[in-house]
Amino acid sequence: MPIGIGQYLVVSAILLVVGIFGIFMNRKNVITILMSIELILLSVNLNLVAFSGALHDLTGQVFTMFVLTVAAAEAAIGLAIVVTYFRNRGSIAVEDVNLMKG
Amino acid sequence: MNWIVALPEIVLALSGMAVLIAGVFAPRPGAFQLTSMLALGALLVTAGLVVIAPAGVGYGGLYVADAFSRFVQLLILAGAALAIILSLDFNRQEAELARFEFPVLILFAAVGMMIMVGATNFMTLYLGLELQSLALYVVAAFARDSLRSSEAGLKYFVLGSLASGLLLYGISLTYGFSGSMSFAQVARALLSGTPSVGLVIGMVFVISGLVFKVAAAPFHMWSPDVYEGAPTSVTALLGSAPKVAALALLLRVMMGPYGHLLSQWQLLIEIISIASLVVGALAPILQTSIKRLMAYSSIGHVGYALMGLAAGTQSGTTATLIYLATYLFMTLGSFGVIIAMRRQGRSVETISDLAGLGRNDAGLALAMTIFMLSMAGVPPLSGFFGKLYVFLAAVQSGLWTLAVIGVIASVVGAYYYLRIVKIMYFDAPVRAFDRRSPSLSFVVAASGIVTVFFIIVAGPVTAAAQAAALALLG
Repeated sequence: MPIGIGQYLVVSAILLVVGIFGIFMNRKNVITILMSIELILLSVNLNLVAFSGALHDLTGQVFTMFVLTVAAAEAAIGLAIVVTYFRNRGSIAVEDVNLMKG
Repeated sequence: MNWIVALPEIVLALSGMAVLIAGVFAPRPGAFQLTSMLALGALLVTAGLVVIAPAGVGYGGLYVADAFSRFVQLLILAGAALAIILSLDFNRQEAELARFEFPVLILFAAVGMMIMVGATNFMTLYLGLELQSLALYVVAAFARDSLRSSEAGLKYFVLGSLASGLLLYGISLTYGFSGSMSFAQVARALLSGTPSVGLVIGMVFVISGLVFKVAAAPFHMWSPDVYEGAPTSVTALLGSAPKVAALALLLRVMMGPYGHLLSQWQLLIEIISIASLVVGALAPILQTSIKRLMAYSSIGHVGYALMGLAAGTQSGTTATLIYLATYLFMTLGSFGVIIAMRRQGRSVETISDLAGLGRNDAGLALAMTIFMLSMAGVPPLSGFFGKLYVFLAAVQSGLWTLAVIGVIASVVGAYYYLRIVKIMYFDAPVRAFDRRSPSLSFVVAASGIVTVFFIIVAGPVTAAAQAAALALLG
């Protein structure tokens, strides 16, 4: 079976859903949330590259480079915030992030 | 390449880096003061450049400077500058906040916001939005020894990143099904025939990502927590300039590339607007923390601003822009009063702490009364005009349900705004607040003057907003 744009879209949609569920269903660890965010961004990258190939247009691949860079910056800031949180709370369990109800 | 159109952003970004270096080499105890002053200077210069810089499209169609971006960028710069002035005294009193990075981060957030509103391409939009968000995540968690602040930062980061992810997924679908990242070409692709399902799904993702960022109702859960947990000077910033920038971005995206899909997104925006109005009218009644109350009230204000977008017309866009202009000053003024709530060097944050302010500090109480009445929409204060214009626009577009719900919400909302006024003037006085600093009085007075005398400048502001809306739609 030839792999076409449809298959790529399905894989990336699955990755997106896994990422979103990872953020909301996960009750254990904040690090898992960071990984889920990365997963969402990677699903977008897969989409962009697949479309870029199908459209014969380089813009999508250029944008992927930007997204990768931003994702790196975002992971750095996210980890820094998690570290400050851990220093204050002594735990990074999602259940403990409950000082303010909301 | 017409690089001059982005001159204000370039100058602001470079001065942000220069201020950072100045902060590193400045003598320790005065570094925060010095960088704040330099940052204010940079914002002022940038505002001047925004006014005089030529309009036009630059960078191969990636970026535009027009009446719309100019109008919103001036609001953003005003919001950022007033937020820095508010932080001057607050951050000095909370020892760990008086670090020189604070104004620098606000400068970079301002650069991001300016890029957002000038974007004419999804790539520029995303990079501007992320520059803004990344800087704001850090300032939300800026009080690094405070558990509340770091929890606020963590929540803001997780939900903000999720919003960016959804937005980005929507952008990728839009790109794939229209064949371009450029707003103009996406609009052209949508002009012919029925839109493909992929494009509509992409648009819904983009809307939900942006609605997350403005904290409108179904996606508002994070904002009360973040408002409450972040240091008050940061909350003042979060409630003002970023909201204005994100709503302006929503206007630009919905009226621009997705403009031809109006019939598809109108109902969606209407529902979001109604949900925000309901949450903004009912949820604040039960709050005891004034910062949480302001968070819910700002959700309501976003609902009103979205009403103008739901109208989907030029008068609707004008109305939203006027609403944003009035909202910015009301919010910053009320946060000025909230920052002044400090007893024996410790800030107090419950609504009952305002009791007796009318007798202890008549000026501050008068200012808070003005802001609360303006938020409730009492004429002739600025908030009334904002509401009037959005209601008119909604009625003109035949959105009667929305307009009626808006009027009911503003009547219900008046209850908790007036309750604050009642607490200030009629409840038994508690001990007076500490003496407020001149910088705080300046922001409160300036915002108060804008709110009271908006009626005088209403003509020019409306004309500017109309020109901006014309630039967006024309």
